[in-house]
Amino acid sequence: MAASSERSPPPFPEGDEQEPEAEPEDGDSDEGEDIFIGNTKPVEIKPSAMAREPRSEVTAKGQGDIISDPLGELFPNVVEEPSGALVSEPPTDIFSEEESVVTDSKANIDPSTISKANGVHSDEEQDLFSEATVELSLDSPRNERKKIENTRPPVAAPTVSVPPSTSKVASKTLEELEEEEEEDKFELNISITNPEKVGDGMNAYMAYQLSTQTTLPMFRSKSFTVRRRFSDFLGLYEKLSEKHSQNGYIVPPPPEKSILGMTKVKVGKEDSSSAEFVERRRAALERYLQRVVSHPSLLQDPDVREFLERDELPRAVSTQTLSGAGFLKMINRATDAVSKMTIKMNESDIWFEEKLQEVELEEQQLRKLHIVVDTLVSHRKELSVNTGVFAKSVAMLGSSEDNTALSRALSQLAEVEDKMEQLHQDQANNDFFVFAELLADYIRLLGAVRGCFDQRMKAWQRWQDAQTMLQRKRENEAKLLWANKPEKLQQAKDEIAEWESKVTQYDTDFERISATVRKEVLRFEKEKTRDFKKQIIKYLESLQHSQQQLIKYWEAFLPEAKAIA
Amino acid sequence: MLKEGKLFFEIYLHFSLLVDLNNDASLLIDIPDALCERDKVKFTVHTKTTLGTFQKPEFSVSRQHEDFIWLHDTLVETEEYAGLIIPPAPPKPDFESPREKMHKLGEGEASMTKEEYAKMKQELEAEYLAVFKKTVQVHEIFLQRLSSHPVFSKDRNFQIFLEYDQDLSVRRKNAKEMFGGFFKNMVKTADEVLISGTKEVDEFFDQEKTFLLDYFSKIKDATSKAEKMTRSHKNVADDYIHVSATLNTILYIPLSIPLSRHLEKLADLFEKLRKVEGRVASDQELKLTELLRYYMRDIQAAKDLLYRRARALADYENANKALDKARLKSKDVAQAQQHQQQCLQKFDTLSESGKKELTSFKGRRVLAFRKNLIEMAELEIKHAKSNMALLQGCVELLKSN
Repeated sequence: MAASSERSPPPFPEGDEQEPEAEPEDGDSDEGEDIFIGNTKPVEIKPSAMAREPRSEVTAKGQGDIISDPLGELFPNVVEEPSGALVSEPPTDIFSEEESVVTDSKANIDPSTISKANGVHSDEEQDLFSEATVELSLDSPRNERKKIENTRPPVAAPTVSVPPSTSKVASKTLEELEEEEEEDKFELNISITNPEKVGDGMNAYMAYQLSTQTTLPMFRSKSFTVRRRFSDFLGLYEKLSEKHSQNGYIVPPPPEKSILGMTKVKVGKEDSSSAEFVERRRAALERYLQRVVSHPSLLQDPDVREFLERDELPRAVSTQTLSGAGFLKMINRATDAVSKMTIKMNESDIWFEEKLQEVELEEQQLRKLHIVVDTLVSHRKELSVNTGVFAKSVAMLGSSEDNTALSRALSQLAEVEDKMEQLHQDQANNDFFVFAELLADYIRLLGAVRGCFDQRMKAWQRWQDAQTMLQRKRENEAKLLWANKPEKLQQAKDEIAEWESKVTQYDTDFERISATVRKEVLRFEKEKTRDFKKQIIKYLESLQHSQQQLIKYWEAFLPEAKAIA
Repeated sequence: MLKEGKLFFEIYLHFSLLVDLNNDASLLIDIPDALCERDKVKFTVHTKTTLGTFQKPEFSVSRQHEDFIWLHDTLVETEEYAGLIIPPAPPKPDFESPREKMHKLGEGEASMTKEEYAKMKQELEAEYLAVFKKTVQVHEIFLQRLSSHPVFSKDRNFQIFLEYDQDLSVRRKNAKEMFGGFFKNMVKTADEVLISGTKEVDEFFDQEKTFLLDYFSKIKDATSKAEKMTRSHKNVADDYIHVSATLNTILYIPLSIPLSRHLEKLADLFEKLRKVEGRVASDQELKLTELLRYYMRDIQAAKDLLYRRARALADYENANKALDKARLKSKDVAQAQQHQQQCLQKFDTLSESGKKELTSFKGRRVLAFRKNLIEMAELEIKHAKSNMALLQGCVELLKSN
C-alpha cells in the first residue's frame, strides 16, 4: 500500500495520448455496455461477489458497478475462500487503495508503463495494486477517449476523499460508455490482401499486403500499407510471446507452418490446391493479426505498432525451423513439458483448477468437431465433383435422345446439375473457411490459454523455490549462530534479506500473474462467444444463400420438364 | 432386423417409373407386403380379376425373386413373343450396401456417443427399408407390365405364376434343365455383333438400331454417375448427424451460457437439416437414379427385340440360300420353299409387332421421364424451402440473443 502512494504519476498530457490506445476495442467496454444496456452478466459475475461488504461501500457511492464488476471478475472468490490469497486479507483496503490510485494517477496505467518499457508490466513496478492498475485501465481510457474528442475537461484531479472521486469517475464513465455505444468500436481496421509471389525457386516466398486504417493517434497516419511475409508474422509472435506470456497473457498463436503447402507454391504449381493454400493462409494471417490488435494490452506493444507501420522489417530468421534459434525453441519446449509434469501445484483458488479442466475438455472436443467438419468438407467436395461428372453424362444422354422436347429438358437438367456442382463447391469452401478454420483457430487459442495457466504454475514454482531457499538460509544462519562464527553471520543475514525480498517479489508476481490470467481468460471467453456467434451466423447465412440459389435453378428447370411431350 | 409383416408405403416414396399401369380392372395385380427372412425376400402377390380364365376372382400367393426370373425367362424363350419387348426382369434384392454400412457402424460404435449411434442406426434402418421398398416396387411393376399387355396377360405361365398356390421351385428347376440358361447367355454375347452386323433395309429399324445402341451406353453411364452422386449426397447427410452429435457432447462442458446456447441451437439445426438432406438424397435416388436404371434395363429389352429380329432375318436369308441350293439340285424344293416361307412370315410378324412395340416404348419412356423430372424438381424445391426455413429460424434466434 505504501508502494502505490510512492509512485509519481507522469504528467497528465502524456497520459492523454496514451489512454486511448489502451482499449480501442476490448472486452472491457463490452462489460460496461452490458451493464448499461441492462444486460446482467449472469456468467461472468457471481452474484455473491457483488453482495460483498466492502463492495457495497463502493457501490453506495453512486455507480460502483464499473469498478466493482471488473474487480468482481478478479476476486469473485475473495469472500468465499479467504484462504491465504494475499488479496483477500484486507478487501476494504484494497478497494480504497484502488480508488485512490484512480484519482491519484490516471496515467499510472498500462499505457504509460508500456511507454517506459517494452513489457506491459515492467518488472520494477511489482506491487499489490498493479492488478488494480490493470483494472483501472478499464475505466480511465474511457475517460481519455472523451479527451480525444475534446468534449470534456480533464477528469478530477487527485483528491483525498475516496467516495466522491469514485462516483465522479463512475458517472463520467457511465456517460462515456453511453457515448461509446454510438462510437465506432473499431478504431483500428486491418486487412491482408494481394498475396504475391516474390522471387523464384526454393527461395521464393509469398508477400502479403497489410493495410491498416485507424483513428488512433499513436500511429503516424490514418491509413497505411506495408508488405509482410509469413515469417514476419511468426517473428511478431515470437517477440510478443517472449514478452507477455510469462506474465500470464494469452498471446494469440500464429497460423501453422506448412512445408508441403509452401513447397507447392515455391515450385510454382499453379493449381487449385496451391491457390486454396494461399487463400487459407491469407485469411488465417488476417484473423491472427485481428486478434492481436483487438487485445488491449498487446496493441500497446511497440512491436505491434512497428509491425503495422514500418516499411521494412528485419527478417525474422529465428522463426526458421532449421535454425539455431529453432532448435533452441524445440529444446525449451521439451524442457517446459517435462517441468510441467513435475510441478504439483497447491491450488489455493479452485477457479484456476476448474477453468483449466474446462479448457482442456473444450480443446479435446473442438478437435473432435474439427475432424467431423473436415470430413463434411471432403464429402461435399466429392459431391461437387460427382455432380459435375453426372452433369456431363446427362448432357451426353440429352444429345442422344431422339425426342426433341425430352432432349432439350435433359440438356437443361445437365445445366442445372452443372450449377449445382458450383454450388456444392462454394458450400464446401464455406464449410471450410468459416466453420473448420474457426475451430482450428480456437484449438490453437485454447492451447495458448493452457500455456498461460502453465506460466502461472511456473511463477508459483518460482515462489515456492524461493521460500525453500529462504528457509535454508535461515537454517544456515541458525547453524552459524550455534557454531559461533560471527564473520559469516553478516553474509548469512544479507542472504536472508535477499531471499526475503525475492519471496515477496515472487509472491507478488504470482498474484499478479494469477489476476492477469483470470482477466485474460474472461476476456478470451467473451471474445470466443462473440466470434463463434458471428461465424456461425455467417456460416448459416451462406447455407441459406445456397438453398436460395438451388430453388432458383430448379424453378427455372420446372417449365422445361413440363414442356416434355 | 426389419420388422416382418405388412409394410407401410409412404406416398412420398411413390414410384412413378411407369405411367398408367394397373388400370384395367379385368386384371389387377399388386404386392401389398413382403417378408424378409434372413437373405430371402418373400413377396405376397395379390390378384384381383374378372377374367374367367382364373379359378377365383381374388387370391394371393407367396413368391420369391427366383420365381420372377423363371417367369421372365420363359417369356423370353417363347417364340411367339419374339416380336415383343419383354419387360426387363427385376434385379435381385441387394441389401449389400446397407448391410455393409451396418457392419461398419457396429465396428465404430465405441467411438460414438449413444445418441449418435442411435441416429446412425436409425438412418441405416431407413436405408434398409428404402432398399426393401424399391425391390418390392420393381417386382410389382414387372408383373403390372405383363398384366397390362394384351399378349402377356394371357400367357399361361403368367397365370400359373399368379395362381399356383404351391411352391414354384420344382417348375423352376425343370425349366432350367430344359433350357439350361444357355440360350440367355448366347443372347447377351452375340447381341451387339449381330445387330450391328446385319444390313438394315427398313429405315425405321435402321434408325432404331442406331438410336438404341447409342442411347444404351449413354444411359448406362448416366445411371452409374447418378448412383455416385446420390451416394455422396447421403454421405453429406450422415455427416450432419456427426456434427450435431459432437456439438451435443461439447455442451456437457460447463461453457459460458451464451456460448452453450449458440452451440445448442446449432446442434439442433444440424439434426433437423440432416433429415431434409437425407430426403433430398433419397428423392434424387428414386426420381433420377432409379428412373435411369429402369430405362437402361428397358432399353436392353428393346435391344433384345432387335436381336431377335436380326436373327430372324438371318434365318430368312439362310433359308433363301437353302432354297436356291435346293432349286439348283432340284431336291427337297418344296420343303425348302416352305421353310423359306415360314422364315419370311416369322420375320414379317416380328417386324410388324416390333415396330409397334418400339413406338409405344418411346412414348412410355418420354412420359415416365417427364413425370419423374417434374416430381424431382418439385421435391428439390420443397426440400430447399424447408432448409431455408430452418436456417432462417436459427439465424434469427442467434441474432436475437
